[in-house]
Amino acid sequence: MDIDVKKVAMLSRIRLTDDEATELGPQLANIIGYVEQLSEVNTDGVEPTAHPHDAAMPLRANIVTNVNRREELQASSPKIESGLYVVPKVIE
Amino acid sequence: MSWETVIGLEVHCQINTDTKAFCGCSTEFGAEPNSQTCPVCLGMPGQLPVLNTVAADKSILTGLAIDAHINLESKFDRKNYFYPDLPKGYQITQFTVPIVEGGHIDITSKDGVKKRLGVTRIHMEEDAGKSMHEGLDAVSHIDLNRSGIPLMEIVSEPDMRSADEAIAYLKQLHQVIRFLGVSGADMEKGQFRCDANVSVRRPGEPFGTRTEMKNMNSFRFIKQAIEFEVNRQIELIEDGGEVVQQSRLWDSVKNESRPMRSKEEAHDYRYFPEPDLPPLRVTQEHVDAIRAGMPELPGQLRQRFETDYGLSPYDADVLSQTRETSEWYESLVAAHPADPKRCANWMANELLGRLKEAGKDLASSPVSAQRLAGLLDRVGDNTISGKSAKDILDEMMVSNDDADSIIEAKGLKQVSDTGAIDAIIHEVMQANPNQVAGYRGGKDKLMGFFVGQVMKASRGKANPGMVNQRLAELLKG
Repeated sequence: MDIDVKKVAMLSRIRLTDDEATELGPQLANIIGYVEQLSEVNTDGVEPTAHPHDAAMPLRANIVTNVNRREELQASSPKIESGLYVVPKVIE
Repeated sequence: MSWETVIGLEVHCQINTDTKAFCGCSTEFGAEPNSQTCPVCLGMPGQLPVLNTVAADKSILTGLAIDAHINLESKFDRKNYFYPDLPKGYQITQFTVPIVEGGHIDITSKDGVKKRLGVTRIHMEEDAGKSMHEGLDAVSHIDLNRSGIPLMEIVSEPDMRSADEAIAYLKQLHQVIRFLGVSGADMEKGQFRCDANVSVRRPGEPFGTRTEMKNMNSFRFIKQAIEFEVNRQIELIEDGGEVVQQSRLWDSVKNESRPMRSKEEAHDYRYFPEPDLPPLRVTQEHVDAIRAGMPELPGQLRQRFETDYGLSPYDADVLSQTRETSEWYESLVAAHPADPKRCANWMANELLGRLKEAGKDLASSPVSAQRLAGLLDRVGDNTISGKSAKDILDEMMVSNDDADSIIEAKGLKQVSDTGAIDAIIHEVMQANPNQVAGYRGGKDKLMGFFVGQVMKASRGKANPGMVNQRLAELLKG
């Protein structure tokens, strides 16, 4: 199993050194290889499982229940300006 | 050899619920930034989403209105990508089993050609927050009030063959959605936005490579963007180049599109089933109940207006543009049942025009359906001429008087009495002996002159039909 560790890391926004990537590659391959055993099970005629818990979704009424808790919710943010989250520039 | 354009459309439409898709936060537009958020829509750890029941019901209603199949069991998935306005790092959407599949939108082209355009699916998903870059240097600002607002994504088949067809599809879909009341669909507020997938090919050949024009919220820009893209692709291929699959943004200032980012590179959404949400199950009885409550749709309304009221296709179309317009028209007909066509003419040609000039709409119309009906009653029984009626309507736009009191006050009652009209005609004939001689000598065209003179002498009050009739009689001599 050949895994592009650098690409996976990029998609997950995890910064890896080359050494780390080299070390993690075989480990990830091992994990996937272990899970791959599942594909040996014959599932002909078995309905796909949408969710391990066999229940229908409960629904929420269309009623506003939340109040403005901005200050509290933004307390852990590194930077706020006029109520807006400030993040490094992101433009297409 | 000619080129054929192939267009498929994805519409993101905000479902008008009071609360967000998966939490109890308000969806009200224009609130203070980040004042309508909670741990669920901020993506804080350990929070669980619970779907808003109205979001599901309105998606089902939309599916039924376009004749689609409703999946009694549908599923939610995670679409993974990193962007600061997406706090969870994934969007909850329906990838594998959407709530609605199939369906169609019927359009009629300007030349009256009907075409059925396929809808692939409608799935529910949540909106992202809003990023602001303008006037900022090294940073962006994020408002998460929109994060988690429920959307329907309506995906069409690649059935459109021109920008005009694409616009016709969008307008028809927009109208259906407004009639159903499932979305405000206000394009300026971003409640109805469109991605267009565009490719070109030689007729009969397989689809060409497509590009995607992202996030457009005006019919005019969508048309311009598609036309620009079609020309760009044709020129590219004819010059020996190849179309590269990419997302592009329309620049409405420069009137051109530019590539956004290479889809293959940046997009690897790694969809997987949303473990926080079990399948959504609805019963057939529930779907049937939603169907039973479906309002009349524009197409049905147009048809009914033509059949029941004898309206022209044009008038039927004008009066079924919005639910408000059609309801106003029907209350006018209820108040003036004698002549539904007269109602249509006066509403479409006279009232709507005056309202537009005054910067008003039907909801703020100074003339109610009842008052307009009062005026039409007097047109109907020949009390006033059509010309006077228009003047009276002008008056009604700025006063609270009803038609009868204006007619009385201004002495506009039409003269339909033969004796009175004959008297005026005799006066006119005496004053214009040369013209009378000319007419009798074969100059038929002089009839117009006499009608004008008689109308003028009666100060516009003579019944024009009777004037014509009596003149023809009396001029014979």
